Amino acid sequence: MTTDTAPLLSIRGLRVSYRAGDGAPPAVRGVDLDIAPGEVVALVGESGSGKSTTAHAVIGLLPPGGRMDGGRVLFEGTDLATAGERELRARRGRDIGLIPQDPMVSLNPVQRIGRQVAEVLLIHGLADRASAPAEAVRILGQAGLPDPGVRARQYPHELSGGMRQRVLIAIAVAARPKLVIADEPTSALDVTVQRRILDHLQTLTRQAGTAVLLITHDLGVAADRARRIAVMSEGEIVETGPVRQVLTAPRHPYTRRLLASAPSMATEPVRVRARAQARARALPRAQALPRAQARVRVREVAAGEPAAEGGAPVGEGLDSAEGLVVGEGLDAAGGLDAAEGLVVTEGLDAAGGLDGAGGPLVVAEGLVKEFTPRGRARACAVDGVDFTIRRGESFALVGESGSGKSTTARMVARLTDPTEGRIRFDGQDITALSGAALRRLRRRVQLVHQNPYSSLDPRRSVADAVTEPLRAFRVGDRAARLRRAAELLDRVALPAATLRRRPGELSGGQRQRVAIARALALGPDLVICDEPVSALDVSVQARILELLAEFQRDLGLSYLFISHDLAVVRQIADRVGVMRGGRLLETGTTDEVFASPSHPYTKELLAAIPGGRHAVPARSA
Amino acid sequence: MSRRAAARFWLRRPGLVLAVAVLVLVLLSAFFPGLFTGRDPLSGVPAERLQPPSLHHPFGTDQLGRDLFSRVVHGSALSLKATSLAVAVGLVAGSALGLLAGYVGGLLDDVLMRIADVLLAIPALLLSLALVTALGFGTVKVAVAVGVTSVASFARIMRAEVLRVREATFVEAARASGSGPLPVLLRHVLPNASGPVLVYAAVEFGTVVLAVSALSFLGYGAEPPAPEWGSLVSGGRDYLATAWWLTTLPGLTIAATVLAAGRVSRALDGETEEISR
Amino acid sequence: MPRYLVQRLLQAVFVLWAAFTTSFVVLYLLPGDPVSIMASGGGDTNDVSPEQIAELKQVYGFDKPLIESYGDRLWHALRGDFGISVQSGDPVTRLIADQLPATLQLTSAALLLAVVLGAGVALAATYTRRRWLRQTLLSLPALGVSAPTFWVGLILVQLVSFRWGLLPAIGNEGFRSVILPAITLAVPTSAVIAQVFAKSLRTALAEPYAQTALAKGASRRRVHFGHALRNAAIPPLTVAGVVVGNLLAGSVVVETVFSRTGIGRVTATAVTAQDIPVVQGLVVFGALAFVLANLAVDLLVPLLDPRITAAAPAVAR
Repeated sequence: MTTDTAPLLSIRGLRVSYRAGDGAPPAVRGVDLDIAPGEVVALVGESGSGKSTTAHAVIGLLPPGGRMDGGRVLFEGTDLATAGERELRARRGRDIGLIPQDPMVSLNPVQRIGRQVAEVLLIHGLADRASAPAEAVRILGQAGLPDPGVRARQYPHELSGGMRQRVLIAIAVAARPKLVIADEPTSALDVTVQRRILDHLQTLTRQAGTAVLLITHDLGVAADRARRIAVMSEGEIVETGPVRQVLTAPRHPYTRRLLASAPSMATEPVRVRARAQARARALPRAQALPRAQARVRVREVAAGEPAAEGGAPVGEGLDSAEGLVVGEGLDAAGGLDAAEGLVVTEGLDAAGGLDGAGGPLVVAEGLVKEFTPRGRARACAVDGVDFTIRRGESFALVGESGSGKSTTARMVARLTDPTEGRIRFDGQDITALSGAALRRLRRRVQLVHQNPYSSLDPRRSVADAVTEPLRAFRVGDRAARLRRAAELLDRVALPAATLRRRPGELSGGQRQRVAIARALALGPDLVICDEPVSALDVSVQARILELLAEFQRDLGLSYLFISHDLAVVRQIADRVGVMRGGRLLETGTTDEVFASPSHPYTKELLAAIPGGRHAVPARSA
Repeated sequence: MSRRAAARFWLRRPGLVLAVAVLVLVLLSAFFPGLFTGRDPLSGVPAERLQPPSLHHPFGTDQLGRDLFSRVVHGSALSLKATSLAVAVGLVAGSALGLLAGYVGGLLDDVLMRIADVLLAIPALLLSLALVTALGFGTVKVAVAVGVTSVASFARIMRAEVLRVREATFVEAARASGSGPLPVLLRHVLPNASGPVLVYAAVEFGTVVLAVSALSFLGYGAEPPAPEWGSLVSGGRDYLATAWWLTTLPGLTIAATVLAAGRVSRALDGETEEISR
Repeated sequence: MPRYLVQRLLQAVFVLWAAFTTSFVVLYLLPGDPVSIMASGGGDTNDVSPEQIAELKQVYGFDKPLIESYGDRLWHALRGDFGISVQSGDPVTRLIADQLPATLQLTSAALLLAVVLGAGVALAATYTRRRWLRQTLLSLPALGVSAPTFWVGLILVQLVSFRWGLLPAIGNEGFRSVILPAITLAVPTSAVIAQVFAKSLRTALAEPYAQTALAKGASRRRVHFGHALRNAAIPPLTVAGVVVGNLLAGSVVVETVFSRTGIGRVTATAVTAQDIPVVQGLVVFGALAFVLANLAVDLLVPLLDPRITAAAPAVAR
């Protein structure tokens, strides 16, 4: 709880609106928020919730078109909302530091690092021209930048994103401010970098007794770093309280929804939930079976003998169904019939009875992709990667940016050609497929792209997009294709009226549903999902993941799932491969990799998932 | 877009309304000069020579007693014909070459773009003058000479757009869905690439009016009695001290047309998004 | 010599060669017999006797196969010989060299004026907080690019020279005679500079690094001149080629309007007389000016932006 002392910052009834068309709701609608000296408060919300606007309003730096309509921003008793430009300027950088969102563009590209740090000191008279450069180097060192003396003489483009963010932190804390506003300070960075930087920021501010207003969309980050959390939605703070209270006993329905959908906080993967639903549906039938018979089957499973039931799924899958039954935690009696549904989705291993007929769906051997950037030496984006995707399985490749995961996916999709190696799909070598044969392959392998804002042609209607694959393969006539499109939209839970819309009229989540519908139109065997949810808000993410899991269960699809987000991977993948620097470091079932990672890098990745310190017990969904 | 939003869009932009009105008037005068004036632009009344603007002669009369307003109105026919032809030459040839370079790529792209580089390295008016030297004088020849100078720019813009759109995720998505190269080109690449090219054509319209009238001013356009905007201004040079209207008013017409074209092209470039939204 | 410099120079030589070839193709291959065009001197083709034509053909090497005469002309051009003016009989190179000083005087005065005006308008328009002033300043460039150069010149002559009698209307005599032509020539050029610079300044001011600077407590002036200015200076620099083209092409019109001697005037006369060797020399000269301007920019830009090295310049792409 807040201390007895007067708050450092006290926001009362803050209202901000943007000049956009009439009737647009104000961006911030009466926000109250207190921050005590030295306190770390996280302001959590999805995009458009007004959290960033609130933060910028505090220092009077609203984007063009933004206007403060009312309320007070009391900082040490002074109302910054009505303060003049001179007063604000004296406070900015001196009393209140800002760490901006995107380190790649937040530093002046044509000025040396040292000068940009020294500028704060010079503006506020904390150093003179002679002492500022050395001071700047010292502060850069404090911010955890290696070789600060060298860095100070470099330009921003010579530094990595993580280093640039440290420079921005140095700028924000240089004048030893009383409050630091960190606006999504690490969301543009890889998770491992993100963790190190947040750790450092925490150390710095704790030592100096600086209060922090942490703006984030990630409940996990908020939970790890803040003492109090304020949850913001549609311009209002809907709930505020100590971290533990908000996480364990959320009062507002929106907080509950946010918690339920935050991938890093959930412990029950979507795939498990989807199967649990299947189980629930199958259970009555299974229980209707005579117990004895069920046991017989289980024993047969255990014995590893081929089934005698004449090709029934249970019979086919017996060999491995045992593991499944145990793994799923079903009791022997109820489990078997349910396993029928599960067998299909689980895929089992190639040696097992089920896949004996077809073999694995995708086998990639020794994939290499080299690039020759202009004027530079050859570089390997992918360097000898082998993996197998089984039928009905969802296999995820995770890694940070530049790990080669997307390039690998694009090679499997045959959108780019491997430099070396082979790809087999359903037993057929597709490495060098071209022309008509390649188009035939497209019928069975479809793709869902990362960014639904760019993967749909802005000039074509949704109907055009969804029927495109059907048209390409001349499936049915126009009317039949439209009927199918309506059906598909229904499957992805979009109203049929959406058919006539253009992508520009849809939200990100809706667009991704359209993209999924398009990928499913031809009834493919493999769907390659390249970061399908990373451009979406968390609550939307969860719904899209559920949808994907549901399709896998119902249609027996296989997924190749690309993600940088381990939390998302845990939700959806059966098996995981961890990539770094173009190499596949380890593969294993999701549970194995998450429970006992073998490679140190995997361990580091796992430790970096935010929210781990406050893992919440599974909730009923 | 609702009717009210449309009304608001136009009401907030009185300058754009004026620009559209000017363009409409100029275009009308080019095609139907009879709507604006009943006088003959070629025959004058010697008794009425060098008269300042009045109700009777809104733009005054020239040294032969011809009505200047009528000459400007009829001049717009020749000047706008040349302009449209020049823009069409640049647009059609440039887009075709740019599309080819961007979509085929490889050696063809390299060769075409090097040629474009060179064409851009020669100042446009100099290149037009060289072409006029080779082709000879006259409205149509001037139009072609001016049009050729913009081929390289059109080609570059089209190529850049094709390259951008070709790499767009939705084009890859279309390929991944199984669509062949031709449907992808026609359904996705061309429609999405042509916007900036058309906007550039609108921008180019004003530039071309200026270039055509400059060549006409220098005397490479239509043969003397026929009125062209540029040659009208040039014809008034000898009477600068005594008859200001002979240079001022035709020049003002050119400036107003170019200004209006510029305003409309800027609207096409960005603001229409607000309408269609 | 650094490798990038060699590379840039080779590129420049290529552009010059290509400009020569292009002008050769345009002037000698397009419909119409170049020799009879030249012989007629812009007049009626029928006045020329066959003997004259044969003689001209020999002088210009057109009695030989085309490729040979191209090689011939190129070889001469490499040594700075673009042939002899049909009209005056003087060597083309000397004709241009003689007139260069007058035009240089005019264009450099215009360039200076254009940079000062253009940059001034852009800086003032982005810096002022008065909405009406910003709107007014920002609408100036549109006016500047819309007004025909010849018309602006004539209006100036009409007012300044004839009505107020302040400055001479025509001629090359002394500094006072340059003022009006330079202003005329500077109008469209400064408009281009103002347009590009105002846009790049606005872009730079909207960049997150400007926000970072404001968050440090920097004043508007500091953000404007300390951060945005240098970032925004590159786009207007990269249109140098266009600017030089504007000035050269503009000199054709301006020198005609003000009856000055100079390269522009030579151009106008040569085109009227269809003096093909002179026109070709002028086209190559124009390309040379463009190439030199861009070379200068290539060397300047890396000083402004550390991300751009002269080896991978942002210009001429």
